[in-house]
Order: sequence, then C-alpha cells, then structure tokens
Amino acid sequence: MVLKGRVHRFGDNISTDLIAPGRYFHLRNNLPELAKHTLEDADSRFIKKVRPGDFIVAGKNFGAGSSREHAPRIIKLCGVSAVLAKSFARIFFRNAINIGLTVLECETEKIAQGDELEIELSKGAIRNKKKGLQLKFRPLPQVMLKILRDGGLVKHIRKHGGFKV
Amino acid sequence: MAKTISEKIIGSRLGREVNAGDIVVVPVDLCMVQDGTGPLAVRQLRELKRKGTSRKPSQEKDYAIYAPEKTFIFLDHAVPSPRQELSNSHRELREFAKKTGARLSEISEGISHQILAESYVNPGDILVGADSHTCTSGALAAFATGMGSTDVAVAMATGKTWLRVPESFLINVEGELPQGVYPKDLILYIIGKLGADGASYKALEFQGGTIEKMSLSGRLTLCNMAVEAGAKTGLVASDSVTMAYLREMGREGGYREIKADGDAKYERVIEVDASRLEPVVACPHAPDKIKPISQIKSKDIRIGQVFIGTCTNGRIEDFRIAGKILKGRRCASGTRLVVSPASRKVYLQAAKEGILEILIEAGATILSPGCGPCVGIHGGVLADRERCLSTANRNFKGRMGSPNSEIYLSSPATAAWSAVNGKISDPREVA
Repeated sequence: MVLKGRVHRFGDNISTDLIAPGRYFHLRNNLPELAKHTLEDADSRFIKKVRPGDFIVAGKNFGAGSSREHAPRIIKLCGVSAVLAKSFARIFFRNAINIGLTVLECETEKIAQGDELEIELSKGAIRNKKKGLQLKFRPLPQVMLKILRDGGLVKHIRKHGGFKV
Repeated sequence: MAKTISEKIIGSRLGREVNAGDIVVVPVDLCMVQDGTGPLAVRQLRELKRKGTSRKPSQEKDYAIYAPEKTFIFLDHAVPSPRQELSNSHRELREFAKKTGARLSEISEGISHQILAESYVNPGDILVGADSHTCTSGALAAFATGMGSTDVAVAMATGKTWLRVPESFLINVEGELPQGVYPKDLILYIIGKLGADGASYKALEFQGGTIEKMSLSGRLTLCNMAVEAGAKTGLVASDSVTMAYLREMGREGGYREIKADGDAKYERVIEVDASRLEPVVACPHAPDKIKPISQIKSKDIRIGQVFIGTCTNGRIEDFRIAGKILKGRRCASGTRLVVSPASRKVYLQAAKEGILEILIEAGATILSPGCGPCVGIHGGVLADRERCLSTANRNFKGRMGSPNSEIYLSSPATAAWSAVNGKISDPREVA
C-alpha cells in the first residue's frame, strides 16, 4: 500500500497533553468534538490545515505522558494516515497500533513542513520526489505488525479468539 | 541465568524462564481503569464481545469480564463530577461495575494508584492500568505498567496481556538524603539525568542503601515518576519495609520476597550519591528540565498557586512535612495553596493528626481526594500567564489549564515553604 500526503511538522516531546488537552477532558466521550482540538496547544492552526491522508512528522518521544488512547484516536479522526517520528513514547505507540493508526519510526530531520511524501509500507520506504529524499523506517516488531494487519487489537482478539502473537 | 526483578516476576507468573527482549502473553493479576479512560475501555469491551457482525446494542452478557474481583474502576479524575458530561461517564461506569461485578472505587475514595498500594497490590503481582502512573505500584515489587483503554479492555476480558520483557536500568542510590532533600528531589534528579525518553521501554530498578532505608511512601514517589523518563515501570525489591507497610495495611499475608539476583544483567547502571543532592525543581514545560534550588531561588520566581497532592506526593508523610513547615505560618498574599490528599485514608489521618487544621489556618483550600487539578479538569485550573508550583509528576504545557500558564514541580517541602514566601524557595531555610 502506498500512502501519499502532506507533512505537518512538529518538534520533540509532543505530549498527549498537547495532542488532547486536559481542559477538554469532558469531551472524551465525544471524540468528533475532541478531535476539533487535536494538537491545539502545539499548533493552533493544525486542525484547519489538516486534510485526509496527511502525515504528522515529529522529533523524538512523540506521545509522551498520559495513557489516554483518545490522543491517537483523534489524530486518526482528523484523517492523518500516519505519524512519523524519530521515536515514540511506549504507551502512545502501543495505543496507536491497537487502534490501527500507522506509526513509523525513522530519521525525520530532513522532512520539513509542507513536504509531500509517498510511503510504501510493505517496502519500509519513504520518498520525497521533489527533494530526491529516500528514507527507510524501522520495521514494526512482529507482534505489532500482526495486530496492525488484523486491524487493531480488538479485531485481532475477535479473529483469533485470544492473543495470537 | 541471573534475573532482574521484571524477569523474575514475569517468569514466575509464566512458570518458565524469561529474558529481557522476550515477547510473552502473561496472566494479569489486577487490571484497572479510571473515569478518564474507563468509558472507552467499556466500549472496547463491548465491541470485543459483540457477536458476529451484529450492530445491535450489546446484551448484558456481552459485558462479562474475566475476573471481576480483580478488575477495578476508579472514579478519581473528575470527582465529585464538575460537569454533566462527566457525571454521565460516572453513571456509565457505576452501571458497568454493577453489571459485571467489577470493583468500583467511589468518588470519596481517592486516587487509583494510592488505593491500589494501600489495599490491593502484592509483591510479585502483574498489574495493568489505563493510566500511565500505574507504574507507582512497582514500589511494592509488583510489575505494574500503564496502557491504553483497549489494552486494558482486552486484559479485563481475557485475563491476559502481551508484553515485551523489558531491559532494566539499575539505579543504585547510596548515602543519606541531606536535610530538606526528599525522595521527590531524588527522582527529579534522576529524570533530569536520564531525560524524558532516556529510559523508554526499560524498567528502572531502584536499589542501594538509600532505597533500603526509604519509607514505602518515598518508594511510591520514585516508582510513580519512572514513566517521566519514558520507562515501562519502576521497581523496588520487597523487604522488611514492604512487609511492615503490608502489615500496617492489614494484609501481611500477601508478602512475598521479590528481589533481583546479585549478578543480574542491567543495560545501564546509574550510581547516585544521595548525600550530595540538593532540593531541585522541574521547570516548564518538561519534568526533565531540572534545576537545583540554589540556581532558582535567586531568580525571584513568583508563584500564584501552590498545589500539594497527587499520586506522586499526596501521602500522609508528605502532609506531615508540609504541616511542619506551615504550622503557625500563612501563605503569602497573592499565593493560593490548594491541597488534595491522595486517598480517603490519607485525608482521615491528616485530620486526626491535626494537619488539616494547620493547613486551613495557613490559608489552604482543601479538596477531597482526587486527581482534578493535576490534569487541569477542575479544582485549581490555571489562568493565562499564571504560574504554579506543584508536587505532581508532570508539568507539560497546558496540563493544569491555560497553555500559557507555567508549572514547576517540587517536593512537598519546597512547595510548602514557597507558599509561605510567595516565590520558589529553598526548604533548607526552615529545615
């Protein structure tokens, strides 16, 4: 599968408080409303600019902090097709896979705001034709790949009647 | 082969040898959600139990959970509920607990991590919680880690979870903490050294003479903040301190000795000389932006609100420290003091010891036990350009309210003395 989209660039240590601020705690049962505030405290214009298929590209430790699964869920609801970061906080990473949001670890320094990327998931390749940029992303651990391919953890368990990792 | 605490606990639950890096499916002894993560977990559980492709609402049996007596629903984040949306979430969780037999911790009881430590977690347990500070229970030599709602919903339904057995960092702490320096200063110092992602995916094992002498309360503070360095969990071996704590809580029968082998393999060893530490604060907007108090106090950093409480520092030991400093004193004009005990047990004890009286006389606003202010939900939400000194574990931008506010983190002693002075102050001045 090839994903194509534009880049929204963020820095290091984007916390789940920046992605899904605590002051909207009361909207957690209303994800479409909560999604209107996605990443608001990191870039207040993000929600106006984001289009289906776009990518979030960040530095290290993306998704640091709280276990709130609402964070990857609202990113996905915004239409973001993948998050690329130098590294992810572990709970966020697990949550993203569990809900079927593609998260890729790669060297992101050379990717800039507004870049257009093509990502070939099966080959582990990220390309930017204009810049002649070619990047590889680190393959997911087998167990996560399985869960992601099954469409997330709930579908994985339903399909196999339990963990099959 | 010699084992770390993580390898021992996970191996013992599986009845076979495991090593760091192994991917395993393990039985879960306890699992929990709170009012922020619970409703989503309930929805995922229903989805999991839904028959075939039916889109019909779930039947009662569809809620069935694996071990109701070991499944906990904590109402602690927004208590008592400040908004109708949250009241509805509470109602939903109460109904879920009633239908499934899961244990419900009501709004008067306090913060999940504190209650789990007081009443439920035993050494050697595996605990997963839909809250990142689930790692707090590692202080009781339990393998406890935070996950999302879906992971915990699956653990609730199947009694199992998958894990990668973590590599461990050994944090070896020797020497006596100087006057005015507390376990909170120690863990902030360690996080400053490791960095916010310095221990990603790893387990932190705290060892050494300082830890052996440390109260369980202090150990809970250390393990609570392991996640602030990105760690999967923090752990302390069980020993006579653990035993004494369990006895005090009336459940010494749960004691088991869990400790690492002397020659266990650690990915990194960090030596800390506790006697050389000074009070520290974490500066905005990250828990790893650590500065020693000696550098900070000269900067005249004025504080609008001081918050003493949370799963990090809301225990009776913390209130005794704050009470000692605040006794006979008043908060500076222009500085509000907000206080919230971590549990009903702590609240009651603080009342019995006269600490609440001291705090009230000092001008404090006492909130019922809960998480509220720490997560920016209610009870001390920060305004634009306001500054808060908090005993919590996180100071991310916008966490306590306005994204234009600032949060500093410190020990209860630094927080209490700063409340008196209206600016970040060195608690050694009153020690």
